[in-house]
Amino acid sequence: MRIHFKTSYDHDIRLFQDGWQAFLYTALLALMVALPFLIDDFFLGEATNVLIWATCGLGLMLLTGQTGQASLGHSAFMALGCYTCVLLMEAGVPFILAFPLGGVITGVIGALIAIPALKLHGVYLAIATLALAILTDDLIVMLEPWTGGVGGKNAPPIIVFGLEINRWSSPVAWYYMALVVVLIVTLFYRNLLRAPMGRAFAAVRDSEISAQAMGVNISRTKTLAFGLSAGITGLGGALMGLFSEIFNNETFTFIISIQLLMMIVVGGLGFIHGAFLGAIVIAFLPQFLSIVSDSMGSNVAIPGLETAVFGVIMILFILFEPMGLYGRWLKIRTFLELFPFARKDMFRRQKSYLKTERLR
Amino acid sequence: MEVLQLLISGMANGCVYGLVALGFVLIYKATEAVNFAQGDFMMLGAFVTLGFVNPEFMGIPFWLALPLVFLVMGTFGYLLDVIVLRAVFGQNQVAVIILTISLGFVLRFVAGLIWGHEPLSLHSPLALGDLRMGELVLGMADVAIIITTFVLTLLLWQFFQRTKIGLAMQAASQNQMAAYYMGIPVKRIHGLVWALAGIVAAVAGILYASKGAIDPNAGFIGIKAFAAAVIGGFGSLPGALMGGLIVGIIEPFAARYLPPGYSQIAPYALLIGVLLFRPHGLFAQVRVKKV
Repeated sequence: MRIHFKTSYDHDIRLFQDGWQAFLYTALLALMVALPFLIDDFFLGEATNVLIWATCGLGLMLLTGQTGQASLGHSAFMALGCYTCVLLMEAGVPFILAFPLGGVITGVIGALIAIPALKLHGVYLAIATLALAILTDDLIVMLEPWTGGVGGKNAPPIIVFGLEINRWSSPVAWYYMALVVVLIVTLFYRNLLRAPMGRAFAAVRDSEISAQAMGVNISRTKTLAFGLSAGITGLGGALMGLFSEIFNNETFTFIISIQLLMMIVVGGLGFIHGAFLGAIVIAFLPQFLSIVSDSMGSNVAIPGLETAVFGVIMILFILFEPMGLYGRWLKIRTFLELFPFARKDMFRRQKSYLKTERLR
Repeated sequence: MEVLQLLISGMANGCVYGLVALGFVLIYKATEAVNFAQGDFMMLGAFVTLGFVNPEFMGIPFWLALPLVFLVMGTFGYLLDVIVLRAVFGQNQVAVIILTISLGFVLRFVAGLIWGHEPLSLHSPLALGDLRMGELVLGMADVAIIITTFVLTLLLWQFFQRTKIGLAMQAASQNQMAAYYMGIPVKRIHGLVWALAGIVAAVAGILYASKGAIDPNAGFIGIKAFAAAVIGGFGSLPGALMGGLIVGIIEPFAARYLPPGYSQIAPYALLIGVLLFRPHGLFAQVRVKKV
């Protein structure tokens, strides 16, 4: 077990707690950079997919995991980010500008949407955002001149510094692009958590009343969280649309936002690692299922099997491992580090009782 | 005449939404949780009835099968609470939301496995054909749906207002710990209300199936029922019915008088409007706590 002797106040908010941790993450980064040389193009495409889902997941994690506001409408922001980015590119803005601009515009709109949505709590917010996702789906169909409607839109070629990035002809470049985006977003997220803003997010999540008592401006904090979350998810959505090359309203149905929420819960709510672990699960589950059903000798696709298996996984996680995959890893790590002194009750949930939201 | 026609068919649809919304509200009122799978409960209720009644399955007479259906769905709701939901008792609502959404996925899949994905129609005594009054064509099923719904809502409303169990349910939701102190068996109350929600879902499913065919994806009307429940004010039983009626009536009128496409978004646009201007619904239950 490593013991940290804190010698300065900065110790608590350092990017890495010690040299060993810094080494581990550098090694992980090196592995990610070397990945194209280790696996073939098919799995590289899957890895890119994981990174894209992780970007979207980080966006939602900021809102749900960090600030404690459940949203079932993040597919709306994915769609918004994607269509803004592509429309800007079609208007002649180079990708390197259009992409962050799409994120910024999505973030601003997300913050604007958050202002009225802030009056809502818990379940009401979840339902309002669900309605938003369904509305967006229909709006994409109705705004056909801009969005291409049901027919969809072809992603324009991505050109960065004169280099064309195409999913089929240059998968390695695509992978690196997604990696760079994920890295920037992760660093931003991590730094946010070290800043007063991120602390305010966590305070609002844990108790709005205590946060208010500590001088946190609740509505400003929530609006910012919503806006930042929407912006990051918008970036992820843009990547997802461009990666699938052709996209329409079906690419961004409300089912996607439900999957996104489930993904971060499977990964571990409130941990950056959780977004990545969840993304790995959601990206590889279809492949895994098709391999299993092939080995069982059945070639008939059973409709709804994928979502049902995902649903069962979700139920099992909520019942038996509410902290998600990362929580499980934390438990294993603590057990090993403290061996043989780890106790069973260390991670036990505190007994809690609900009060009505209708009286406040 | 046309307006009246649209109104009645809209009301009949709205009653089904209202009944599903009633299921949400029942559970919310008593456990402070939201059952996102209520639409799928309704689908399951319809399929269970179909399995009992239809000649190609068991072929039991409808009125004999009805208590059986209620028994099955009630037990299902109760067991669900005992086995699954009790584990997240007192936890954050996000957990319950995700849990019930996942349950919905699983239910849809299981129903698809058992009864197939083709739409099936229920041999229901409510499908009596049409009643002609001048130009007005009244579906008897529509009338039966409207009457059943109103009676059921009235009964449940009175149940919550007047009976001891109903009051205990309200207390259990307002403050779980205080309810314990008052000697209310909160967990058993939760089980009971889930059973009740299962039965209400079965009624909604039977009425829905009497109007037309049923398939595993019918549970998606749960989303419209959500809109209904929120418009009415989550936590108010008559509000749920009113919300359902509003959503049900708006739909055919929007389809008739607005350009195509708008009728789909009308309920959700209304929902967002209500949330903006009256965040807790038309029949608001939210009050500021007096200290």
